[in-house]
Amino acid sequence: MAIRGFKAQGRALHRASILVASIPAALIAALVAAPALADTLGQPTDKAIGLQPSGDELRDTAAFFHNWILMPTITAISLLVLGLLAWIVIRYNKKRNPVPARFSHNTPIEIVWTVVPVLILTVIAAFSFPLLYKYHDEPKPDLTVKATGNQWYWAYEYPDQKVAEYTSNILPEDKAGSLYKLATTAPLVVPVNKVTKVLVTGADVLHAFFIPAFGVQVTAIPGKVNSVWFKPRTVGTYYGTCNELCGADHAFMPIEVKVVSQSDFDSWIAAHATKSAPAPAAAPATPASTPATPASTTAPAAAPASAPAKA
Amino acid sequence: MATPAAHTADHGHADHDHKPPFIQRWFFSTNHKDIGTLYILFAIMAGLVGGLFSGLIRWELYEPGIQVFHQGSLMARVLGWAIEPSNHGYYVVMTAHGLIMIFFMVMPAMIGGFGNWFVPIMIGAPDMAFPRMNNISFWLLVASFILLVTSMFVDGGPGRGFGGGWTAYAPLSTTGHTGPAMDFAIFSLHLAGASSILGAINFITTIFNMRAPGMTLHRMPLFAWSVLITAFLLLLSLPVLAGAITMLLTDRNFGTSFFNPNGGGDPMMYQHLFWFFGHPEVYILILPGFGIISHVVSTFSKKPVFGYLAMAYAMVAIGFIGFVVWAHHMFTVGMNVNLQAYFVAATMVIAVPTGVKIFSWIATMWGGSIDFKTPMLFAMGFIFLFTVGGVTGVVLANAGLDYSIHATYYVVAHFHYVLSLGAVFAIFAGFYYWFEKMWGVKYNEALGVIHFWLMFVGVNVVFFPQHFLGLQGMSRRIIDYNVAFAFWNKVSSIGYLITAAGVLVFLLMLVEAAVRRRKAVANPWGEGATTLEWTLSSPPPHHQFNDLPVITAEEHH
Repeated sequence: MAIRGFKAQGRALHRASILVASIPAALIAALVAAPALADTLGQPTDKAIGLQPSGDELRDTAAFFHNWILMPTITAISLLVLGLLAWIVIRYNKKRNPVPARFSHNTPIEIVWTVVPVLILTVIAAFSFPLLYKYHDEPKPDLTVKATGNQWYWAYEYPDQKVAEYTSNILPEDKAGSLYKLATTAPLVVPVNKVTKVLVTGADVLHAFFIPAFGVQVTAIPGKVNSVWFKPRTVGTYYGTCNELCGADHAFMPIEVKVVSQSDFDSWIAAHATKSAPAPAAAPATPASTPATPASTTAPAAAPASAPAKA
Repeated sequence: MATPAAHTADHGHADHDHKPPFIQRWFFSTNHKDIGTLYILFAIMAGLVGGLFSGLIRWELYEPGIQVFHQGSLMARVLGWAIEPSNHGYYVVMTAHGLIMIFFMVMPAMIGGFGNWFVPIMIGAPDMAFPRMNNISFWLLVASFILLVTSMFVDGGPGRGFGGGWTAYAPLSTTGHTGPAMDFAIFSLHLAGASSILGAINFITTIFNMRAPGMTLHRMPLFAWSVLITAFLLLLSLPVLAGAITMLLTDRNFGTSFFNPNGGGDPMMYQHLFWFFGHPEVYILILPGFGIISHVVSTFSKKPVFGYLAMAYAMVAIGFIGFVVWAHHMFTVGMNVNLQAYFVAATMVIAVPTGVKIFSWIATMWGGSIDFKTPMLFAMGFIFLFTVGGVTGVVLANAGLDYSIHATYYVVAHFHYVLSLGAVFAIFAGFYYWFEKMWGVKYNEALGVIHFWLMFVGVNVVFFPQHFLGLQGMSRRIIDYNVAFAFWNKVSSIGYLITAAGVLVFLLMLVEAAVRRRKAVANPWGEGATTLEWTLSSPPPHHQFNDLPVITAEEHH
């Protein structure tokens, strides 16, 4: 008897869930797609509610995964639960339903709500694992730079181009304006449409190298070299921050990546490469030479005079 | 079934209700109900301190720039004696907020408070297995709290107090904080851990050995199940934390290099050890809440819990899987990709037993004759908010996407939805549910309902916009932010005021109930309340079940 009662209610549940499940689709489209168009590339936008626009192809995949797979799924699940609760409030309050049912088991529906989530997770995993492996299937880098997190600034070095380590401090408020706490005195400069590999390490405590628009983030660990890579699609400036608590001025060590054309990049390198060794400075970036860089420079080296503008 | 209880109520006064004098009763207590009361009062006190700290955080983040944590501010004039008005001071407050809410609010309320009060009663036992150990569990926690507060007043290195976050990652917690504040914090955690381990041993022993005749494990109320599983998680995870922070201590003071790369150590090892404790810990915070919600939902729907065995074993599954997912907190530290893939898969599996619980609660309500009293409102609020926090957990479980939102406000929103909204709502549900039983007086239903709605609206206004901030890349744990994050931060801070108003109504409710002293009844909830505590008077006699109840039916879960 109890089970029969439950089945009748199960049909009501089914109708309610169809009703509820039809709501999210439109809502999602409005929530996800619209603001992304208006948001600024490479930096956060006030009042925005979604991911920052993507600055490279891999991040497109991640954003698609979030905006079109995960968001609709989690919104639908949340609204389903909300809808069921609302229906319970309306239908099963003590006034409308003075005599409670007594059922406490229903094996078919228990199997359903165990198996269906497994299927949903399988679909999510089908997108998630390729994305993860794509992040780690690193193409041959065109440029390798080294970023060292210090309390509280980043230091960048181009070992193959012989650009000695220079420090990138936060740009003071009077110069940075609305970009204060994102802009730096000396950005990391990389060429557009080229694979840049960033070797990340820490000099004192943990820091984290995080650029939302490229969807890259890795911890800067003393005594260890981590790496991330990205391939910026358009010329522009992309901002990030240190994303691991590193002490009192953690909020004031931004990351600024200036993506420039190859020719601008070449002239920037020419202007900043160490002059004492002109011949190898012209050599192209080769990944084979990168492993030599780590540990030795964990102590912050004083930036040479040739480093870009230190405000 | 009601016979033994009636017996106690009728004839028990002379034998059982002889209460010891004040000092003996509250400072040398061996009574599980008195110790539970102490834990709950302690948790309320700690919750107010932790809530005040979150207010300072939201005040500072109300708009860009540093307005609160600097010399000469209103905060510096009023609270400068306790909190350093500096960037470092902000991180000290943030660290203390996390530690206090976890170790001194949620855990004492759920396990020490409700667990002590109701596990023995629900299983038909006269008291806990080790009453004196129960007492020292509580007082160790007080000592631990004093050490943590002391830590805020002594030198940390960069300034007064320890500001490295509740995770205390090395090397910021070793070479980054050279003063004694971190050592005080370590000792505080040692004592809190010892307190919890002793409590866990007590619960496991009590539940395995002191169940009333006929109270088989499969007839045991779900709250007792949830505390049993929680106790095992505590027992297995806390020693790892103790080991990790002891290594911090020796790295700091005795020249070891467990986490120091210059001596061959590895800072990542600390994170592995910490999260091997830390992830079970977050289930420790929520599992007793699962138990409470099951009872509240069943009571007010006037229906038995749907799928009792599935509910119990879903918690066992969550507890077990909780031990093998820890490195999902560490997707960005440069782990091998295959290892990351494993942690993605294992983490997503947790969604399955969690879904079973959510849908079983809904099925328990389905067909019920529901009375929407305050505890039930909090329980329904819990179910929805925990769902929201759960699904964002599935989002974060995907390592490839985590790189875009790791350690941003998205994470802050996620874990506050499951803890600040989930666990805290479960605590309030339990508090109102057992209010008459514990205090012997009735609460004011209108104040309870107002409290619920202010909290429900408030916490959503605080934490929902934080998803947006996180997706836009706002780092967590920053004292100051770019102007592009201004709008949603302001909304979030306004939400704090609404929440704080809710807490004031809660305090008003306590005062009102204490002043009016409306006499409690044994079972205010009627036919739906089937567990053993409702067979006793409110408050129960000082010692209950001197004649053990005999459990025959399956109706007690």
